[in-house]
Amino acid sequence: MFSENARKELEAILKKYPNKRSAVMDALRVAQNEGAGHITKADMEEISRVLEMPANEVHAAATFYTMYRVNKPVGKYHIQVCANISCSLMGADHIIKHMENVLRIKTGETTPDSKYTLSTVECLGSCGTAPMMQVNDDYYENLDEKKIDELLGRLK
Amino acid sequence: MEKVLLKNYGKPDSHKIENYILSGGYKGLEAAVKLKPDSLIQLIKDSGLRGRGGAGFSTGLKWSFIPKDPTIPKFLCCNADEGEPGTFKDRGIIDHDPHLLIEGMIITSYAIGASNAYIYIRGEFVFGTNRLQVAIDEAYAKGYLGKNIMGSGFNLDMYIHRGFGAYICGEETALLESIEGYRAQPRKKPPFPALAGLYAKPTVINNVETLSCIPSIVEKGAEWFSKIGAPKSPGPKIYCVSGHVKKPGLYELPMGTTVRDLIFNHCGGMLHEGRALKAVIPGGVSAPLLTPKDLDTPLDFDSLAAKGSMLGSGAVIVMDQTTCMVKSAHIVTRFFSHESCGKCTPCRDGTPWLTRVLGRIEHGEGKPGDVELLESLCTNIFGRTFCPLGDGAVMALRGFVKNFRDEFQFHIDYKRCMVS
Ligand SMILES: Cc1cc2nc3c(=O)[nH]c(=O)nc-3n(C[C@H](O)[C@H](O)[C@H](O)COP(=O)(O)O)c2cc1C
Ligand code: SF4
Ligand code: FES
Repeated sequence: MFSENARKELEAILKKYPNKRSAVMDALRVAQNEGAGHITKADMEEISRVLEMPANEVHAAATFYTMYRVNKPVGKYHIQVCANISCSLMGADHIIKHMENVLRIKTGETTPDSKYTLSTVECLGSCGTAPMMQVNDDYYENLDEKKIDELLGRLK
Repeated sequence: MEKVLLKNYGKPDSHKIENYILSGGYKGLEAAVKLKPDSLIQLIKDSGLRGRGGAGFSTGLKWSFIPKDPTIPKFLCCNADEGEPGTFKDRGIIDHDPHLLIEGMIITSYAIGASNAYIYIRGEFVFGTNRLQVAIDEAYAKGYLGKNIMGSGFNLDMYIHRGFGAYICGEETALLESIEGYRAQPRKKPPFPALAGLYAKPTVINNVETLSCIPSIVEKGAEWFSKIGAPKSPGPKIYCVSGHVKKPGLYELPMGTTVRDLIFNHCGGMLHEGRALKAVIPGGVSAPLLTPKDLDTPLDFDSLAAKGSMLGSGAVIVMDQTTCMVKSAHIVTRFFSHESCGKCTPCRDGTPWLTRVLGRIEHGEGKPGDVELLESLCTNIFGRTFCPLGDGAVMALRGFVKNFRDEFQFHIDYKRCMVS
């Protein structure tokens, strides 16, 4: 459910567009940020009320775009390693294996303490500094084992 | 060549408006609002600028299709979706020189008579989104955005629309669907966006790099621009180099720089001494690969088209002799399959099928006849898809199979990789 802050954010968002429906992507993003990284049915129903659009169309949008996680909670840190071509050429496979070893989970899983989720993703537009990954909103580039170990030590 | 697009890249606080103005920024806008919109469009036509988003369409011509009727609202959309694997130039401009893009967008809006402009930026670019928003706010504060810009009577509002993880949003009509709050599936053309685009109103969609060329053309003239690089696709070009080179990164060079010059001169050669170049993807993964015999090909729209490939987004991906071509083809095809929007059957069903066959060949489970199966699947997809994504998948894969068929066959026959 939207907090007071989220409602304010949504009001500002609505000013960007000539119709309400165009705000659906931003509204889903706000809901996901509020809802500990994922979107629930209740969120989508609320968005459908606020934006005056059918709930199934909110759902259609939410499931089309891969960054929305519908009913799919992730850990506190969502680690997404790029597995596309430039990163692969520069050793992405090795980075992914190292992550799996250190976190003791497989790609696609979350650690039992819900701290880390490990995923692979398609190109993140950072191919000149491959291999790279994104942790929550931040990019980490030119990765090697040492950098990863240091970073994991810093993430509390 | 004097840098135009990356001239501020890497300078301290290059993203701040004071520094942009100190470096000569917003002079193009000052000159532009003194011109008639029609003269501006003619100027861009004369410069020979062609779109940097992939298709290479004449920018001035695209603008000229917008109806002149001042009572019809019009839109400008900047395509900052940057999803083509290997590409990272638009992010470079946005992170380091957001005002260059904003100035280009204000001039473009003035030329086409748009009073609202959207920047469609991919959702993962959180840093860039924040940078852009701060820069937009700065531009409002200085009077470059908002009402009566620089006393010209022209009004413009600029907004950011964030994507959320879908490569197809880079296709211009899917991008419009996405802003309107729908699933991003391409629209039927015609009608073209110039007549019925965003909210069914006349709309220009241009790439970040295209728009960032505009201020300097207005300031220095069409002739100056048209004399840089290749005569039929002139201007500066940002090449995004990744893979097995010593110095990967962004290189702003005259359009038409050869592959050899770029890799062996500007990028310092191959990453590992003693390893030979095996293949180069010249324009993002949709572009069929080139082999060492093509090293002297100029990287411009027409020269690459003549080689059966394309300049695309200008993403140059370099592979040395240790690269497994089956694995690379698998990664590239998997990407297209993952990003297929599902609207048309040949792409929705065909690209996952290609991916499955490639996966089993890569992992030593290929069957005799699998190479031929790939080829016949390609024939069934190509030319039958609703948008260029499906065709791109086929063209890329054909490039791999045509040039490295023996590697695919080796994987099938010996159940292991030929090179690694
Ligand atoms: C599948 C697909 C993906 C595309 N992705 C992008 C993209 O990420 N960025 C971009 O500028 N153009 C992309 N394009 C090209 C756009 O449709 C459009 O041609 C371009 O934005 C026009 O701008 P320009 O004339 O300045 O190049 C893509 C096209 C297709 C078919
Ligand atoms: S070719 Fe693929 S991406 Fe394009 S419309 Fe068809 S299914 Fe969608
Ligand atoms: S291929 Fe990994 S960021 Fe582009």
